[in-house]
Amino acid sequence: MFKLSQTDIDINILKASLLDAKAGAYVSFEGWVRDTNDSRHVLQLEYQAYETLALKEGAKILEEAQTRFGINGAACVHRTGSLQIGEIAVWIGVTCEHRQEAFEACRYIIDEIKTRLPIWKKETYTDGSSGWVNCRQHAHAEEINQEVGVS
Amino acid sequence: MGLSSGMPFTAEKQIHVDYFAILKEQRGKDSEVIQTSAATAQELYSELKERFGFSLAQNHLSVAVNDEFAKWDTPLKENDRVVFIPPVAGG
Repeated sequence: MFKLSQTDIDINILKASLLDAKAGAYVSFEGWVRDTNDSRHVLQLEYQAYETLALKEGAKILEEAQTRFGINGAACVHRTGSLQIGEIAVWIGVTCEHRQEAFEACRYIIDEIKTRLPIWKKETYTDGSSGWVNCRQHAHAEEINQEVGVS
Repeated sequence: MGLSSGMPFTAEKQIHVDYFAILKEQRGKDSEVIQTSAATAQELYSELKERFGFSLAQNHLSVAVNDEFAKWDTPLKENDRVVFIPPVAGG
């Protein structure tokens, strides 16, 4: 199950949706809004998604994890809208018979989410300026995009 | 009519374009219908970049046609929905 959410992510409900008597391992990942990025002080974030395609792509990533790692279940929710420091931007949960595949699948899902999901992040800084992450227009834009693996 | 012989037929068509993130800000709106003779997604981006002054070069973008990721040389048809996808930043 992949979802986008405009409101706080409720982990307990999501975790409950994965409960499975055949699973011996549950691995989860939370991405948090951090107060600094590229040594700039971040005040708040805004995530904007191309919903139709993000939902398709998110579901596809979860299916891939299922096929590659043979996990029992996987779920992921990504926030949209305005987020404050410390809020959960993305949550992933994976269940599996054993821990190794659960860890690997969880890692796979967050890595693919970061490079493939059509979702954008605008940071507002404490000095009042703001900008879309990875879309900066200065001369180093190309290097930055390569560093984070965006083509 | 009026096309000189040997010229490829490039009919005007209507394309729905949705904008997100930096493109939405630079265009000042989130969607519009464009009347264009662009044959491919690539040609359409060149045209719009020139017309609206988008800062991102095409090689920094991906493109979706009718809500699926598409190749830049995808031929455009009447009423296609095109979205240019700036570098993503999820997670």
